[in-house]
Formats: sequence, C-alpha cells, structure tokens
Amino acid sequence: MAPALTWLRLIRPGDWLLILASGLAVGTSFPLLWQGGQGDRAIIRQEGRIFLEVPLNKPREIQVPGPLGITVIQIEAGRARVASDPGLRQYCVRQGWLSQAGEIAICAPNRVSLAIGGGQSPYDSLNY
Amino acid sequence: MTPSITEFQVGAADVRIARLAAAAVGLSLIDAAIPMPLPGVKPGLANIVTLVVLARYGWGTAAWVSGLRVVAGSLLLGQFLAPGFFLSLAGAIMSLAVLALARCLPGRLFSPVSWSILASFAHMAGQLALARAWLIPHDGLFRLVPVLALAALIFGIINGLVVCRLLQDFPEEKNHESRS
Repeated sequence: MAPALTWLRLIRPGDWLLILASGLAVGTSFPLLWQGGQGDRAIIRQEGRIFLEVPLNKPREIQVPGPLGITVIQIEAGRARVASDPGLRQYCVRQGWLSQAGEIAICAPNRVSLAIGGGQSPYDSLNY
Repeated sequence: MTPSITEFQVGAADVRIARLAAAAVGLSLIDAAIPMPLPGVKPGLANIVTLVVLARYGWGTAAWVSGLRVVAGSLLLGQFLAPGFFLSLAGAIMSLAVLALARCLPGRLFSPVSWSILASFAHMAGQLALARAWLIPHDGLFRLVPVLALAALIFGIINGLVVCRLLQDFPEEKNHESRS
C-alpha cells in the first residue's frame, strides 16, 4: 500500500468533518481579520491643529489653505488622498489613497496632514 | 517533638509519569530548536506525548505529564517564570480542559486526530487570551489569528496522525516497568 494511504486510513469520518469545518473557519477568518484596520474618518490638520474631521462615507473635496497655497484633499467612500499640494516634492500626493486606520500623509511644506482614523486607532509604533 | 522522617513511596505510576514527562520535555526541546517563520508558530511535538498518554492512561496522567513538561521544559530552556513560561502554561491548561471534553467523543467516529486538532486550537486560544490580557493589551493582536489558526490546524492534524500511528504500531504493553 502507498505510504500516504496508510496515513489517511487513520483518519475517521468525524475527523474529516472536523478538519473540513475548522479548515473553513480558518479560511473565512483570513479576509475578515485583515479588513479589521479599515478607517472610517479623515482627520485633516493644518499647523498641527485639527482643520476638519470628516467621515469617509460620501465623495467630496476639501481645500485646505496653508502658507504655500491650497492643498486639496479628496474623500471617497472608505478612502481619502491628497489630490494636489503646492509643496515641492509631492510626497503626500504620491502616497496615493489611504484607507487603513492610522495611515497618514503629511504635506510638510504646506503644514497640512491627512490622517485616517478608525474605531480604535492602532499604534503606529511600539517599542520595548 | 520527634523529627518526622518522610519517605516517598515511588510507585509504578510515578515512574511511568516521570518517564513520559521526560520524553515530552525532550520533544519540547526539539520543538524550540526548530526555526519557525513567525513567533508563536510551533509544531508542538510534545503534545504527541500528552495525547498518547491520554489514550493509554487517562486524563489525570496526561495532566501530570503535561504540567511537568511545561515546568521542566521551561527550566531547561531558561524560560521558567518568563513570559514564555506563562504562555505555554496557559496553552497547556486550555488544551487539557478541551481534551477532558474531547475524550468523550465517540471513538468510532473520532480518532486522536480530532483530539489533536481541538487541543491545538485550544492551546492557541489560551495563549492568545493571556497575551491579549497581559503582554500586548491591544486588539491588533487578533490579526494574527488566521495565521496562527492555520498553523494550529496543520500541526494539529500532523501530530494527531503521529499519535494514531504510535498507538497502532505500539499496542499496549503490559510490562512497561520492566523496560529500561
């Protein structure tokens, strides 16, 4: 008899059922738990002070004035981004869409930041 | 007062427990030496001994072997009373609790493979609960659940198969104590 078969013969019907059930449970837990960090609001700061806090439910555009000019923040369902910024290097624009709680795009030259807040904000760093 | 002389009567059951616990400690040392990609993921080879003992000698002996394994294993690894010790203690207690119930499953339908899977999930749950309550008090910890549960399932099945094989290939020996 093939060696694999001798091993499989040790498994009884109830075992198969349990393996199947727990395999399914593990499988479904994968996407569920990876979506856990979805943010639900955008926090826009200007000069370190909260300029506006908006829920991530309907699309809108927000103009934030800064020392260099206007930074445009675009909100969509479940995500937000810095659409345009007068800064030189455009780091915050190139960061693209943010959707996870705790993500942040900082337009340092114009002193504007866009952060995503969630039900419970995770740590952005931990050290021991 | 006269000084009392305490004499320990070492029975056959004690010798058996010590011998099996030694085997479990050996396996948990091997366990610790196997490199794993993620902290917290371990094959849990020592549970093979716990399960064989459970099938052969009952829950009480399995609990003794498991408890001794946790204490002696952690002493040898330098983990005694360190966080790792409490984590493995929590895991061992939870899996013993679940095994007490799992043992009542009808043997015609469920082999030790089922025990092993249930025990390894319980082990993971106990460790996670303690880690969440004490070491990393943040729900972000539960994002590890899918990975840990998958590992628990895979190693649970493999260990369970090994247990079945051991029980099959080494039928009950009557002269356990005469072997040296």
